[in-house]
Amino acid sequence: MEANTRITGRLPAAFLTPGSASFMDFLGDHAPALLPGNRPLPQVRGAIEAPHGTTIVAATFPGGVILAGDRRATMGNVIAQRDIEKVFPADEHSAVGIAGTAGLAVEMVKLFQLELEHFEKVEGAQLSLEGKANRLSTMIRGNLGMAMQGLAVVPLFTGWDVDREKGRIFSYDVTGGRSEEYGFAATGSGSVFARSSLKKLYREDLAEDQAATAVVQALYDAADDDSATGGPDLARRIYPIVTVITDEGVRRLTEPEMSEIVRAVHERRLEQPDGPRAAIL
Amino acid sequence: MSTPFYVSPQQAMADRAEYARKGIARGRSVVVLQYTDGIVFVAENPSRALHKVSEIYDRIAFAAVGKYNEFENLRIGGVRYADLRGYTYHREDVTARGLANVYAQTLGTIFSSNAEKPYEVELIVAEVGAGPEDDQIYRLPHDGSIVDEHGSVAVGGNSDQIGTYLDQRHRDGMTLGEALKLAVESLSRDNNGGERSLTAEQLEVAVLDRTRPQQRKFKRILGSQLTRLLEGDATTETVTDEEADASGGASGDASGDASDDASGDADETQTAPAKPAGKTKAAAAKDEPKDGPKDDPDASAGSKKK
Repeated sequence: MEANTRITGRLPAAFLTPGSASFMDFLGDHAPALLPGNRPLPQVRGAIEAPHGTTIVAATFPGGVILAGDRRATMGNVIAQRDIEKVFPADEHSAVGIAGTAGLAVEMVKLFQLELEHFEKVEGAQLSLEGKANRLSTMIRGNLGMAMQGLAVVPLFTGWDVDREKGRIFSYDVTGGRSEEYGFAATGSGSVFARSSLKKLYREDLAEDQAATAVVQALYDAADDDSATGGPDLARRIYPIVTVITDEGVRRLTEPEMSEIVRAVHERRLEQPDGPRAAIL
Repeated sequence: MSTPFYVSPQQAMADRAEYARKGIARGRSVVVLQYTDGIVFVAENPSRALHKVSEIYDRIAFAAVGKYNEFENLRIGGVRYADLRGYTYHREDVTARGLANVYAQTLGTIFSSNAEKPYEVELIVAEVGAGPEDDQIYRLPHDGSIVDEHGSVAVGGNSDQIGTYLDQRHRDGMTLGEALKLAVESLSRDNNGGERSLTAEQLEVAVLDRTRPQQRKFKRILGSQLTRLLEGDATTETVTDEEADASGGASGDASGDASDDASGDADETQTAPAKPAGKTKAAAAKDEPKDGPKDDPDASAGSKKK
């Protein structure tokens, strides 16, 4: 719906009504049809075929948190896209990675980014990290109807907590249930393998580059065992997306940086296909 | 029983206009100036919480004088309008011209409606372009007209005098420091020709900086950075992109530079030492070739006085 409606072209009353600093609330009042969760669902039998994004992993390190995702989207047993991006900066100090139905996920991220930006502009201050995590919770809950039909969106939210001065990770379930994860977390179809991999690799005192390597190892392991997760594609130079969030903001590792990490991992895997070995005791 | 007096429409509108103008004239002024890398907004405003200058969208900012609750309402309406439009279409489709039109319609309708009191506000909507010639500044008086401004503009209590002062002294290609100093000089002139002195604490300063690597070009200039710019030698200053907005402190010089680096200059030459200066120059040089496509039909249509 256009903003300048009505005969006179002036801003409709909803625009000038004082109240919520939430863009979603405003959308709900003024243009509910634009809210992702508000569409009527057609009756369908069975699951709908739509591209699904897969594995997202996150790990904290002293001074920040890392969020990474593979690049594959699948539709049934077809690879729908091999260079999809599933990790997005949400604002200056947080990022969100999404597993699940790609189309809905991208729309949700767009609205989430806008929600944070809108609040910041209206209120003149950023939401707290908890506040951001809760907003995301609400959005996922709004998608429950779709999720019941197989179009679930399950994100992983990471950010630098400006007040507590540490990186934090929040994971979600399809109903919007939110839980804070300590150390590392994973979501998506390959998450079981990625989490097991990180369990053996993760230490609390990892440096930033080590943590980045650890999440790439985890994605490599996930791709090894899960057909829906894509490993690094050295031939096409498609590498996982890795973002680092510190008090300086969100930074996505550049292609040369990723190339270096991925090649180092790949090189070692040529000798040890299962990756680094952990001690037995 | 008394019969109501007949008031001619001319008289009624003149009364309303006078009412609005008086309200606006009571407030302190805001000036907006173009400089090489963008647009600077300077307001005399001792309050840290109630802003006269605010961000609307990626490249658009808003400045206002008059009654706070009225222009705050309009500001939030503008943010909602811009965000909704960007969400419905694309971020590029949010323009200052569209926003100025909506504001003009709103102010105009309210001004001529007998049911509402006229808003005692005067607004400025500005959008920073790829180069100085693509910048757009619109002034919106209380009655719903739009004035397309270039170079410099003042609104508020003493705006005529300040505007004349700025017109005589503002020139193209000023640095931020020069523009800021000129703005403060103009604001510190009294009605009766005297001069007051304005300190950094009494000023609210923000820029739309086209060289900023982030998508959102709006940035408040606070604390020590503002003091430095006001005192500093205008020719040598560089704009460090510190994130003073949220924290209010100014300890983040390094962080700003680091995030600059992150945004994709990695494949350019690695001249670490002289970075800030080199970077601003490079960015300025990059802007030059873009001067070409300025014959945008929309822009020229919008520059007509309404």
